[in-house]
This record gives sequence, C-alpha cells and structure tokens, in this order.
Amino acid sequence: MPHIDVEMKALQDKLLEMWDLVEYQLAGGREALLNQDVVLAEKIMKLGRKVNRYDIKIDRQCENFIALFNPLAVDLRQVLASLKINNNLERIGDTAEGISRIVTKLKEPIPQELLDATRTSEMYEKALFMFSSTRKVFLSSNTAEARLILKQDKLLNKIYRQSDKVLAKYLREHPEQIEVGLHLYNLIKKLERVGDQTTNIAEEIIFYRDAKVVRHRVKKKKKGS
Amino acid sequence: MSKKNYKLQARDLNAYYGNFHALKGINIGMEEKAVTAFIGPSGCGKSTFLRTFNRMNDFIDGFRTEGDILLDGKDIYDKNIRVDELRKEVGMVFQKPNPFPKSIFENVVYGLKIQGIKNKAVLEETAEKSLRQAALWEEVKDNLNKSALALSGGQQQRLCIARALAISPSVLLMDEPASALDPISSAKIEELIYELKHEYTIVIVTHNMQQAGRVSDYTAFFYIGELVEFSKTRTLFTSPSDTRTQNYITGRFG
Ligand SMILES: Nc1ncnc2c1ncn2[C@@H]1O[C@H](COP(=O)(O)OP(=O)(O)OP(=O)(O)O)[C@@H](O)[C@H]1O
Ligand SMILES: [Mg+2]
Repeated sequence: MPHIDVEMKALQDKLLEMWDLVEYQLAGGREALLNQDVVLAEKIMKLGRKVNRYDIKIDRQCENFIALFNPLAVDLRQVLASLKINNNLERIGDTAEGISRIVTKLKEPIPQELLDATRTSEMYEKALFMFSSTRKVFLSSNTAEARLILKQDKLLNKIYRQSDKVLAKYLREHPEQIEVGLHLYNLIKKLERVGDQTTNIAEEIIFYRDAKVVRHRVKKKKKGS
Repeated sequence: MSKKNYKLQARDLNAYYGNFHALKGINIGMEEKAVTAFIGPSGCGKSTFLRTFNRMNDFIDGFRTEGDILLDGKDIYDKNIRVDELRKEVGMVFQKPNPFPKSIFENVVYGLKIQGIKNKAVLEETAEKSLRQAALWEEVKDNLNKSALALSGGQQQRLCIARALAISPSVLLMDEPASALDPISSAKIEELIYELKHEYTIVIVTHNMQQAGRVSDYTAFFYIGELVEFSKTRTLFTSPSDTRTQNYITGRFG
C-alpha cells in the first residue's frame, strides 16, 4: 500500500474507533432511558472524556496529514471530510452524554404512554439506525445509501415538530408530570440534533466520494430559480 | 471551440519526431494574462508542446506538426511569420538556467543588441527594468559587470527571466523554471510569476503539484501525448474529472 494510503487508513481506523465509542454512548443512552438505569447513564457520561481525547487526536492527525502529504483531489477531500466527521462525532457524543444526564435527573421512568404518544422510542430507534448506517456507508463509500440516510432525517424532524403539541396536550391532562414533560421535550430535541449531526456526516461522505456538496442545496435552489 | 479570443491556441495539433507521434490531437485555448500550468508524467510531451508556441522545435531534425498553433488568432506556422519576430513576442525560460558567459548586464540586453539597439541609455533603462521585474535588481545592481556565471543558480534563473523580459514579449513560456532551485529561490520565482501575470500570458511546465496549484489559473494534464484534462486549477486539484488525472496528482500512477 502506498505510504499515503497507510496514513489515510490509520486516520480512518481512528475515526472508526471513535465512531464505536459514540455509538456505544448513543445506544447505551437508550438502554439507560428505557430502564431508568442511572449507573449506566453515569458510565456513558464519563466516556465523554475519552471521546474528547479522540477528537483532539484525530484533529492533530488530519493536521499532520495535510502538512506532510499535501493531499490533493480525493485525498484532500477525504481529510477535510474526516475533520468534519470527527467534529460531528464529537458533538453526537456530547448529545448522547446530555441524554444520559437527563436520565440521571429523572426521579422515575418516563411513563410508557407518554413515550408512545410522542413517538420518542421510535425516534430514538431511527436515530440509532441512521447513525449505524452512516458508519457502514463510511466503510463502503456507497453514496447512494448515504443519500437515503439524508431522507431518513425527515422522519425525525417530523416527529420533533409534532412533539410539542402532543406533550402540551398530555401535560394539560397530567399537570403533575410537568417536570418529566420538560425533560422529555429536552430529550426529543437532542434526538433531533443527533439526526442533523448524522446527516452532516452522510453529507461529508458524499462530498469526498462524489466531489459533490449536498449541504444547503435546498436553499441554493430557491435562490437560483 | 468557442469564439473566445485566446492568446494562445492549439487546434487539432499533432506533432511527430520522425515516426514517433509525440502530441495527439491537442485542442486548447489559453486566456490572455492568465497562468496556465502543464503537468504530466515525464515524456508525456509537455516540453514538446510548450516549444511549439515559439517554434523552438524547428531546429529538431524530423520534427513536424499538423494542425494549428495560433498566437492572437494568427497561425504561427504561416509562411509570412518571421520566426525572430515570433520569438520577440514569445519569450522562453528553460529548466536549467543558461546564462551566457558574459556580464550580467550583457546577458540582459543580449536580445536588444541582436535587434540592433545600441543606445546606451535605452539599454541601461531596459536592463534595470527587467532586472527589477525579475526581482534580481537589488542583489546585482552594484555588480552589473560581474560575470553571470558567478551568480547562484537561483539568481541565474532570475537573470534568464530578466533576459526573456527585456525584449518585452507578451507571452512567457517557462519549462520547469524552478525545478533546480531551493525553496526560497523557488518561492521568489513563484512570486515573480504572480506579479508578471498582470502583463504577460504565462505557460509553465512543472512537476511540482503544489507549485502548479499556487501559481496557475488553469492546469492542463497531459498523458502520453494526449491532453487528458484542462480546467481551472482549483477544480483540477480538488475534483478532477478524469481518473488518470486523479491518479497522477495523488501520486498513485503506474
Ligand atoms: N529531439 C527529440 N527527438 C526524438 N524524440 C523526442 C525528442 N524530444 C522529445 N522526444 C520524445 O517525445 C516525447 C515527449 O518528450 P517531452 O520532452 O516533450 O516530454 P516532457 O513531458 O517534457 O517530459 P519531462 O517531464 O521529462 O521533461 C518523449 O517520448 C521523448 O522521448
Ligand atoms: Mg520537459
């Protein structure tokens, strides 16, 4: 393997390790939420420090790669994408940490009927699925699949947009649950963010594989026509 | 091709060294006052192509071309074109600095003297202007009578650029002008190209991808006598459209 490919592979491997860590945080957060497992939630929060160390390490690796290899074309796009993917992974890790923090603040589990009415479990399921699909696409470079991930984010946005009304209705009927309701709304917002950040990663993969920028595409179209 | 007014243009250009087909059906148009870089593996025909623009290949036995080479829309292989007039318009700088074994001053004004210009004031004025343009003036102004061979490689190369500029061409062809220079001298040449492009149309052959990226507006990638890709430099180096270009610029050829 050419030297440049060896270094690129090392960078990719580091990203994948970080990916696993963040996936564990995200999936663990769901476990902790559904089982009201405070011990697990605290463990996930502690992992944040490890994720931050990866973040710094990968940033430095990208910096060295650019300085030493003067990458061009697909190599350049890949290292630029790696920087942004790293950044988004770190933020997803942060968000997962935030979800676990919510679990530690809950005094009792969120009532199942409320989770169902707001479609929170479904949303969490979908966010996790998107996240692990993105990792697969990162390895396979299948940008057609990456584009499907962008579409999936629409469902998360939809659930998020409807959740305030559903929650408000529920809380009018159960005013004693107001605190739980606030925590849940916060959680739903975080899941929506995970969807956005995962979408960012999928866009970066499309950028470096196909040399196409998919970000802000909708806005541009409107301006152009 | 479009109706654009190109400074330099090749149309269906084929070139041969005897039976060897060195350039294959090249079509390209280069804008005025822009820098175009030629890149490609050794032996792909960059120098051959560059030399067709001032008919440097005419000296070579068995060399012939088919198709057109146009300067300002005029065919430079036309019978009415005088090669010495053409070379006044199209200056050239070679890979290895090739100063004459004369003084710095005599080197710079060499072309003018050949043209029959004897007026001392004119010669001195042109020498200073050209040496300034080539960013060499400050280093040599007190030693203009020193032998050019006593200059460093980087200084010699800038002297050759000054010599090319002295006859006030409108096109400057540079064949790997910085390949034998240290990073500082090389950077000086690059700065110079950046300055010169306000007045000149420049074509530079280089094996240094970063250099091509820094100095040129357009880049042409050649491969075994063919022009594979010609586009804006920033496009070619970030998202080339041909895999051969990508393999070459990322160092994955062969
Ligand atoms: N005088 C000559 N006689 C015969 N063949 C020649 C002559 N000059 C060049 N060639 C051939 O033409 C092809 C193109 O040569 P050219 O010098 O243009 O390549 P190049 O792209 O400038 O390479 P490099 O990067 O090594 O300078 C080569 O195969 C070379 O062998
Ligand atoms: Mg050459």
